[in-house]
Amino acid sequence: MAIDTNKCVGCADCVVACQTENNVPHGFSRDWIVENVAGTYPNLNMNFRSERCNHCDNAPCVRCCPTGASHIAEGGIVLVTHDDCIGCSACIESCPYDARYVHPDGYVDKCTFCIQRIDKGQNPACVDVCPTHCLHFGDLDNPNSEVSLALKNRKWYVLAPEAGTKPQLYFLT
Amino acid sequence: MKEELIVSGRNIPGIDPYLNMWHWQIALYLFLGGLAAGVIFFAAYFVVRGKEKEMPAAVKWASIIAPAALVIGLGALFWDLNHKLYFWKLYTTIRFTSPMSWGAWTLMLITPLSMVWVASYMKEMFPKWDWKLGFLNSFEKWVIKNRIPFAWIMMILSIILGVYTGILLSAFNARPLWNTSILGPLFLVSGFSTGLAATMWISRDEHERKVLSRLDLIFIAVELFLIIHLFMGFMAGTAVKLEAFKLFLGGPFTVSFWVFVVLLGLILPGILEILELSGYRVPRWVPAFLILFGGLMFRFVMVEAGQITRFLY
Ligand code: SF4
Ligand code: SF4
Repeated sequence: MAIDTNKCVGCADCVVACQTENNVPHGFSRDWIVENVAGTYPNLNMNFRSERCNHCDNAPCVRCCPTGASHIAEGGIVLVTHDDCIGCSACIESCPYDARYVHPDGYVDKCTFCIQRIDKGQNPACVDVCPTHCLHFGDLDNPNSEVSLALKNRKWYVLAPEAGTKPQLYFLT
Repeated sequence: MKEELIVSGRNIPGIDPYLNMWHWQIALYLFLGGLAAGVIFFAAYFVVRGKEKEMPAAVKWASIIAPAALVIGLGALFWDLNHKLYFWKLYTTIRFTSPMSWGAWTLMLITPLSMVWVASYMKEMFPKWDWKLGFLNSFEKWVIKNRIPFAWIMMILSIILGVYTGILLSAFNARPLWNTSILGPLFLVSGFSTGLAATMWISRDEHERKVLSRLDLIFIAVELFLIIHLFMGFMAGTAVKLEAFKLFLGGPFTVSFWVFVVLLGLILPGILEILELSGYRVPRWVPAFLILFGGLMFRFVMVEAGQITRFLY
């Protein structure tokens, strides 16, 4: 997924859309908005970005899961099989992005890129609802997909690359 | 200036404002795991060295602590699971990349074996003891006959257990304070030291206590050395490591670490042991208690502080 930090206005529609689509329990969220202010007054620069699980290529949460509940599904999406999860929280400790939480029912939960929608050929709910169209979702292995093109033509960064997880959320600047 | 804030009002229990998913249960579990590892290791070690007669407390009496500590520790771990009914899934697979997984399997092996160890000394500890059932008696004879190989297995398993209590934390690269390979040996040494302390407390024999005391002094010295090493590593580390270091140098964990862990838990009992060895009378529970207390504090501090250290925001 690529997120255009120049376009994002921080309206948090994606957060609400996710909570509705995925029945996220009250008080929890799978995605969130970060406000980034940089510079020295009066030369300040502010932008927003919508964050969620980075669906890391080298996912520590998958590596440290003792039961295999956390796994990388076909296509690279990191998922949790609820009935295999013992709720040990090892994966939560291992995620540098704090993208996971314990669902009130006991298992660990997180962004799934709305796998139920993707299976039907739709976009994740956050992508479709975004009023500024700043979220781009697609297959990075396909050089002609919307995300691949965005990454080719724009400058981007990823979060905490030094953590070594090979994150797959790209922030366009 | 650069400031990054979550502005969509995220306040997830245990995650925000900073991670706090693992609580006292995990710290207690790591402490008891280390304690059991120490007790088992020295029981087995003295058997292998043929010092069974010389070290009755270490080989027999103290070994009762191990299964008790392991069972309570496992109870604490179970308590901390959020999806308790599914805990058996731990034992449907082995994941070598997950310390949690091979730790669970090590415990699965060492807990019953430590019970067998105690059982095989029952008759020596309580002369009137009788297993009543014939097959138990013959099993006991078989164990007693194979005591040396049994002790070797226990020694190896106890080292794995001791190291595991550290690696459980150090495997998390997301938490800079934990993510150092010195944590494994450090927790092993600290666990062995608490095991020795518990044994010293139990021992009634002057000579045995001297031997244990001397050994413990070595472990205390190595532990101090490893702690210095740990902090030197942080000082020479990246920005996130320096942040972690700051927690202990002026940060909220300064007192709990330097006073309770280092001073009261290592240096003071070390001095008391030296005094005792050079002939002064020191109540034997004092250094032992201090070491156990310091060991427990050490786990608490590491578990709590580690979760505060992070890469972002
Ligand atoms: S962002 Fe966190 S939860 Fe998502 S794949 Fe990476 S480590 Fe796992
Ligand atoms: S909490 Fe669940 S998904 Fe996470 S590591 Fe433990 S078993 Fe795996």
